[in-house]
Amino acid sequence: MTDITHIPARPIKWSTVLDHAILITGALFMLIPMLMVLQTVTTTDVQTIQNGPEFVIGDQFGANFHKAMYESSGFSGENSGTSMLINSMILGLGFALGKIVIGMMAAYALVYFRLRFATFAFWLIFTTLLLPLEVRILPSYEVAQKLGLLNTYTGLIVPLIASATATFFFRQYFRSIPEELVEAARIDGAGPIKFFIDILMPLSQTMIAAMFIIMFVYGWNQYLWPTMITTEEGMYTLVRGIKQITQSFEGTNIPEYGRANMLALIAILPPVAVVIFFQSWFVKGLTETDK
Amino acid sequence: MKRAGFTTRWLPILLLVPQLLIIAVFFYWPAAQAVQSSLYLQDPFGFGSTYVGMDNYTDLASSSEYLKVGKFTLVFTILVTFFSLSLALLLAVKADGVIRGAKTYRTLLMWVYAVAPPVAGFIGVLMFNQSWGPLTELARSIGWDFKLGVNFNDTATAMVLVSVWKQVPVNFIFFLSGLQAIPKSVREAGLIDNGSATRRFWDITFPLLAPTGFFLLIINITYSLFDTFGIIDTMVKGEPGNNPMTLVYKVYVDGFRGNDLGGSSAQSVVLMVLVLALTVFQFRLVERRIHYT
Repeated sequence: MTDITHIPARPIKWSTVLDHAILITGALFMLIPMLMVLQTVTTTDVQTIQNGPEFVIGDQFGANFHKAMYESSGFSGENSGTSMLINSMILGLGFALGKIVIGMMAAYALVYFRLRFATFAFWLIFTTLLLPLEVRILPSYEVAQKLGLLNTYTGLIVPLIASATATFFFRQYFRSIPEELVEAARIDGAGPIKFFIDILMPLSQTMIAAMFIIMFVYGWNQYLWPTMITTEEGMYTLVRGIKQITQSFEGTNIPEYGRANMLALIAILPPVAVVIFFQSWFVKGLTETDK
Repeated sequence: MKRAGFTTRWLPILLLVPQLLIIAVFFYWPAAQAVQSSLYLQDPFGFGSTYVGMDNYTDLASSSEYLKVGKFTLVFTILVTFFSLSLALLLAVKADGVIRGAKTYRTLLMWVYAVAPPVAGFIGVLMFNQSWGPLTELARSIGWDFKLGVNFNDTATAMVLVSVWKQVPVNFIFFLSGLQAIPKSVREAGLIDNGSATRRFWDITFPLLAPTGFFLLIINITYSLFDTFGIIDTMVKGEPGNNPMTLVYKVYVDGFRGNDLGGSSAQSVVLMVLVLALTVFQFRLVERRIHYT
């Protein structure tokens, strides 16, 4: 019988140690700024100003949370953390939902129907991939203003949907689905609507989920467009409110780090949680969309 | 289009209408407006406008400030793209190699993807806080009196650092999935032929990753040009002053704050041309030359 304790220890592979050291350094590079935010939301503003971030967890988390979520800041007193959180949710979910519904419909029309102007529609739609919103921001603002969409949820969400990423994604996916499927469905007497709902939708579940995650994060994190379109504080999203928070650091006697950092934390957590929990879908969706 | 497609007439049109309507109103109309108003000089108080032809463009070309911003944008783009790509590649190669903790590393290295650029900028402002920021103190310990928002180069350094921090995860995800797509047989063949890990990387892995790399190159350039807006806006704290800014940020500052609609539109058109050129470059050069799959 062999004695387990006498199996010669494997020599330490220094290259493996180095690999781990590099990965840990990378992980820390990503993590440390976040840890600093987490620490400062547990202390009072005065403590943060005097000592900076420390290796101590304070007991002010509840107080800072209350201040951030329920006490309003700004001029009108309408943008508490709660209202900003609700607006961010509406933007993230509305954007993701709108993008997927409109994208799937258009992609279905382009892939599964014989249309005379299909090629023209295709180019019309896919040109939008070339010019990001940032380069046409002012004229877009003017159009929204002419249509009376300032400070509305429609104005916040719909102009952001005017790009074809989801349509492109679903078009690629539908094209990869075997042709026999639609032939079989037609032989069985299924019409286009029945085929879409009973066959295509269930088949696309994973793709829809992946797209939803990516679009939710994208919508939640929008900044420039919400900055322009919302001027009423009650319409601010968390990400849009961040600049105002930063500006409140200047000029006041005691900058409210506790409140500000808590709001930043609340702006970060939902999209990060979604990405971490649905990691495999998210990665699949991301690497397959852009190729 | 599928061969066996449906032939219903009205349904596809009905399905396409929402998409086409939205892009007509919020894409083609504004894009056309940008081109149009770039040819006019707007009265700052909103009393009409005069046709000035190409004047807005020639003004841009001769503006030393615009050229300065353009130069900064170029340097900024090169630095952000280079550092975020090389860091991500290093981390992806290592994460692909280790066996223990691979999943944990993957999560820890990609979560920052979900942080919004302005929030990343906000965290940057904290890290470089003048009186207690950890990074300010680190800089001081090596004798660098770091002044965010005051010193041009210091602010630029901080912007590059935050932009890289925010972009490494995206590149990491793509490089890792590119690495995992390399067939096992190829790796094993490389292992038999070549003892040194470094040689294996440059001779086998790197060329096989080239398509991913070129695709990411374009993604990173557009990121540096456009998506960093939020980072820059929070880091200059809404007061551009003498601070570094990119071309996109200048479009916003001139048009929205400075009310120079014509000049801002001309800048928009210049950027549109730039993006179109990048896309053409991507399709023509990259797709043709590098094709392994």
